[in-house]
Amino acid sequence: MPPLTLGLMTLPIAAGLAGTALPAFGNGGAGIEKLLAWPGLPKSVALSIGTGLVSTLLALALTLLILAAFAGTPAFARIRRGLAPLLSVPHAAAALGLAFLIAPSGWIARLLSPELTGWQVPPDLLILNDPLGLSLTLGLVAKELPFLLLMALAALPQIDADRRLTTAATLGYGRIAAFTFTLLPDLYRQLRLPTYAVLAYGMTTVDMALILGPTLPPTLSAQITLWMGEANLTMRDTAAAGAVLQLVLAVLAISLWRVMEIFTKRALIAIAFTAPRLALIDRPAAFIARLAALLITGTLAFGLAGLSLWSVAGLWQFPDAWPEEITLRTWATAGPSLRETSATTLIIATGATLAALALALACLQAEASLHLTPTKRALVLLYLPLLVPQIAFLPGLQMLALPLGLDGTVAAVMAIHLVFVLPYVFLSLSGPFRAWDGRIATAAATLGASEARIFWRLRLPMLTGPVLTAAAVGMAVSIGQYLPTLMIGGGRVETLTTEAVALSSGGNRRLIGAYAVLQLLLPALAFSAALALPLWLWRDRRLMRGLG
Amino acid sequence: MTLDQGLILDGLTITLGDRRLVALSLAIRGGEVATIMGASGSGKSTALAAITGTLPPEFRRTGRILLNSKDISDRPTRLRGVGLMFQDPVLFPHLSVGGNLAFALPAHVTGRSARRLRIDAALASAGLEGLADRDPATLSGGQKARVALLRTLLAEPKALLLDEPFSRLDADLRAQIRRFTFDRAKAAGISTLLVTHDVEDARAAGGPVLSPLGETLPL
Repeated sequence: MPPLTLGLMTLPIAAGLAGTALPAFGNGGAGIEKLLAWPGLPKSVALSIGTGLVSTLLALALTLLILAAFAGTPAFARIRRGLAPLLSVPHAAAALGLAFLIAPSGWIARLLSPELTGWQVPPDLLILNDPLGLSLTLGLVAKELPFLLLMALAALPQIDADRRLTTAATLGYGRIAAFTFTLLPDLYRQLRLPTYAVLAYGMTTVDMALILGPTLPPTLSAQITLWMGEANLTMRDTAAAGAVLQLVLAVLAISLWRVMEIFTKRALIAIAFTAPRLALIDRPAAFIARLAALLITGTLAFGLAGLSLWSVAGLWQFPDAWPEEITLRTWATAGPSLRETSATTLIIATGATLAALALALACLQAEASLHLTPTKRALVLLYLPLLVPQIAFLPGLQMLALPLGLDGTVAAVMAIHLVFVLPYVFLSLSGPFRAWDGRIATAAATLGASEARIFWRLRLPMLTGPVLTAAAVGMAVSIGQYLPTLMIGGGRVETLTTEAVALSSGGNRRLIGAYAVLQLLLPALAFSAALALPLWLWRDRRLMRGLG
Repeated sequence: MTLDQGLILDGLTITLGDRRLVALSLAIRGGEVATIMGASGSGKSTALAAITGTLPPEFRRTGRILLNSKDISDRPTRLRGVGLMFQDPVLFPHLSVGGNLAFALPAHVTGRSARRLRIDAALASAGLEGLADRDPATLSGGQKARVALLRTLLAEPKALLLDEPFSRLDADLRAQIRRFTFDRAKAAGISTLLVTHDVEDARAAGGPVLSPLGETLPL
């Protein structure tokens, strides 16, 4: 990738890490002392590591199980259609949906009460914000499984999956064994970076932890955010020390994961030598895979439906399963602020996405015209903003931006969103861009067309679909950003996500519902447009619609 | 017409590592069709890539490529004046038939109506009247092949390279498109170099037939 883009991606991270490290170690280590003196530290560290590792392990295991049981079958297409839209759901909205579903006063309790449970009032159970972080883990699994699954789907054709599975089947292997022994090693090599990103995210998420996670103490990243938000600034050095610790923990966890990878690989090779066909486990495995897919799709779908219902609910008392009346009162009352927040959100998302598209296209075009081959190192750098925990470098970046007067503006938030939007836009666009038929360019060049003309008249128009999809991905990523908006926006730039998370600690379910619905709706609209627009544009061009 | 007009390969050799793929010295006058024949993987297409200027960097070229007495060996593809036909028509799928032809039409044909007239005339000359607004994907195989050739010729190339352009066509269509292509190239008076593994194609071309390493092949 050209230096400008690389700098753009790595510079804010490096500056942020430096800006975090300085106050953490400065002032004679006062921040570190205060951090170590905090009684909640051991538990919050354990929570971060525990929820991160367990949720990643579960999400990866279920992803692989679903692939092993169903890849290439008709059922797989259905599972994929069910899970793919969930990718565009912002983390905060998914967490809120889950919270509305499983809380003691949530939809599940209401459906079962009072007939099955006898509850007339919400029970005094700590289901949400449970001290072990179970609901947080569940939320993370539900949100990360679709991501890993779609990343794996992109990798499968590259490793000749169908023929390998057929070969193994003719040798008498069951589906699960065939997948594990012939595909898993190659597939995992391509899933490694996404998995690390999931792990780093799971350990350090703030918005999901604030909504679903434990409170006394919260996870380390959530506590750092609370310290950063304190008005008197005296906890800044403690927060910085915590951020450094969080980074160390993430590095340790990824290293531990790497060691587990090596042992798993050795074990697989040893087992493969004994050639177990394991055909008997296929049916139970398929059952578990189907159940997991159904559970995750169902949980998120019902959770999000619950959010929408609350936004239009009138009086809705426990234990009624349905509100007494449906009304647009919440939308009407909150209309002006919903509109304003949506506008800010859209402006930031559009700006960051357009900039990311321009940079990604420029990089890819430079790569094509200079005949560069993408290296592994470039890919790691591309993943860097997804691997380095946000909580580790955003506090530093905020403290750097503060004296420069750069924080708290829409432009600054847009710029920091770009750092996270660019990798996703690039990953989404690079496949189709590189797969473009090079003979088109050769044919056009022999017709006398310049490189610029080939790009603008042929390559770009032919890639309309992928470009729009990448744009929708970028919009969804930007709309979902919580911590960058909060930290760089300095609390003065409000987006749907920061508002929804801020409201989540209060009790106004109707308003939370309204914000969360908009949070869902904007990415959904972007994806619908990305699907519909090419169909309309190419209504008279069969090949462009993928027809023969 | 003097001898140095047309396409001249002056000791053109291409090597990949230690392997020599192409060694050709050949002069093709305007209106003449020369043929390079050989099995697949024998370096035929590599020779064409050198002439169009799309040779991948791992190949090494020596010798010169002259077109109408100008050395074009190191010019960028778009400035060489060399047209190319692939095995497939490679029509631009997002443009109409007319849009495909307009893309090739040189900028010196100015004015919308003048350009439209040239395109309609070209289509009519190939028995494709009224197809300008059609989606190229809806054309028959023979129609696509003819549109592809019209597109190549509208760019007014000084030499034409044919990379097995008939091999994907049905037998009955094949002879017809072949005749159409050679007639058009001869009528335009441009040097044509055909690459094929088919003896019938080489016979129909009517010019010299060489292997990629320069041996004259008997038919």
